[in-house]
Amino acid sequence: MGMTLTEKILARAAGKRVVGPGDNVWVEVDILLTHDVCGPGTIGVFQREFGRMAKVWDPSKVVIIPDHYIFTADEMSHRNVESLRTFVKEQSLPYYYDPGTPNYKGVCHVALPQTGHVRPGEVIFGTDSHTCTHGALGAFATGIGNTDAGFIMGTGKLLIKVPKTLRFTVDGTVPRYLMGKDIILKIIGDIGFDGASYCAMEFRGDAINQLSIEERMTICNMVIEAGGKNGIIAPDEKTFEYVKARTDKPFEALYSDTDARVECDRVYDASKLEPCVAEPHVPSNFALARERNDVKLDRAYIGSCTGGKITDFVAAARILKGQKVAIPTFLVPATVEVAEAIMSSMIDGKSLVEIFAEAGCEDVAPPSCAACLGGPTDTFGRTTGKEAVISTTNRNFPGRMGSKQSRIYLASPLTAAASAIRGRITDPREFMS
Amino acid sequence: MKTIRGSVYVLKDDIDTDQIIPAQYLNLVPTIPEEYTKLGSHALSGLPDGHTLFVKPGAIKAEYPVIIAGRNFGCGSSREHAPVCLGAAGVKAVIAESYARIFFRNCVATGELYPFESGQRLCDLFKTGDQAEINVEGAQVTNLTSGQSYSIKELGAVAPVVEAGGIFAYARKSGIIK
Ligand code: SF4
Repeated sequence: MGMTLTEKILARAAGKRVVGPGDNVWVEVDILLTHDVCGPGTIGVFQREFGRMAKVWDPSKVVIIPDHYIFTADEMSHRNVESLRTFVKEQSLPYYYDPGTPNYKGVCHVALPQTGHVRPGEVIFGTDSHTCTHGALGAFATGIGNTDAGFIMGTGKLLIKVPKTLRFTVDGTVPRYLMGKDIILKIIGDIGFDGASYCAMEFRGDAINQLSIEERMTICNMVIEAGGKNGIIAPDEKTFEYVKARTDKPFEALYSDTDARVECDRVYDASKLEPCVAEPHVPSNFALARERNDVKLDRAYIGSCTGGKITDFVAAARILKGQKVAIPTFLVPATVEVAEAIMSSMIDGKSLVEIFAEAGCEDVAPPSCAACLGGPTDTFGRTTGKEAVISTTNRNFPGRMGSKQSRIYLASPLTAAASAIRGRITDPREFMS
Repeated sequence: MKTIRGSVYVLKDDIDTDQIIPAQYLNLVPTIPEEYTKLGSHALSGLPDGHTLFVKPGAIKAEYPVIIAGRNFGCGSSREHAPVCLGAAGVKAVIAESYARIFFRNCVATGELYPFESGQRLCDLFKTGDQAEINVEGAQVTNLTSGQSYSIKELGAVAPVVEAGGIFAYARKSGIIK
């Protein structure tokens, strides 16, 4: 019996010829990612367990990307970033992206691949549940807590259970009005909020192949919203092109065997899928956008590691061009690279930033997690009352964007932009001829 | 015989980590003792209005050593602040119908609390404020208020890690680290 892509990566990292679902194996870690919210606690665990003067196992494999609480007056948040700086200096870590300097990047899950730290076939752990994003480039990537991360910092290893694989084959041609976000919200709606608990979710098929790397990232980003351990897409030419443009480090891509054992194989036809939303307060609360026209909105939010990438802003601009928004529309690029693309990318001779300004959107904010997770009370875009928000983020839990009374509808950037124009949930096809 | 005894706090399905510890408190660092205590005082403060307050205003700990919950407890973020704040608030065990993977793992890795799985839907059979007794080795929980006993699942593959007291103790015991 063959192995799935996830099993193959874990087998290689464990130094074994074969592993199967349920095996508990020690794997060698290629990248440990942390940020300002969990980094200080991870360092705390590392120093408590290995000693104040202990050295990390391999400085070139620890990547620290502060992104959560950056543009705030909150003293504690500043103290936490300061503690990262001290640690990075003590340990001479080469990959630290410091806020307030030209080296600052922004949201870790978009910055990590953009900076060349994600390579096919590697094992990535991060102190953030959306670390699963990086499976989009054919890596095994999953979120862990501070204690496990502190353990990796000292040893470069972690004991993990090999997950079963659920396979999702998305065939057909991807229509212009459909995005990766619609595909993953549909899948989560079908299998449920805990439908992939402890499992790998592997995506394949013609439609997946047609998607850009950023769109594949959107899909893998949200597997945690079905309880998935990791999301994964086999690497192809697009992957190699993306990776090789960003790193010289060699890697060896792996692929699922044709006779790999999977728990289930669900098949979708992308040409039949429609723009959708996830209604409050769980991401599995699926509804078609065109059937929710009656939902009035107070705000639109385009940002985060899920929906704040270059392709996301290009998609929103395609809809907003020549239109006016009816509700406050917040734009938060995930990273500096995305922010720069908003300035420089053009549609019919107009830059995205001009299109957004003419449509009446709020000024583009500096890159960070911002209101995706509420954060300190002075966070940009944070909800404070009973707002109904259409958002390109990944979670619509009570209080996720700040106020417990606000209601969050998750959607693609196309749907969010169309809804911003009408002030109610709107299918983007209404603005596409 | 190891037992855990006291008042229970009952929750239903899909309790996510934003409800367990809202994001505005993530600037507290769990390994700093005063901040560990503070995290406890904010435990479950993200529950929608209408729930019985888990920690009383002004208190630093809760009066409930046991939480009984439905499916998918601890879903969402990987923040270790979630099991930590419950442990800091005085919770010794959670008995849920099922867990989200990262939360479960963080309970095991930190040794903050026992994450038991129930065979049946106990969140419909207990009320907040009921008295419970958990027999850890016997994998059983008794509702002392109603007098009913229920079996809970053994910890299984993670039992050696839990018994050792977390991932570090386990790795030292098995010779992976010194
Ligand atoms: S953008 Fe949102 S989901 Fe992504 S890492 Fe930041 S807080 Fe988490």
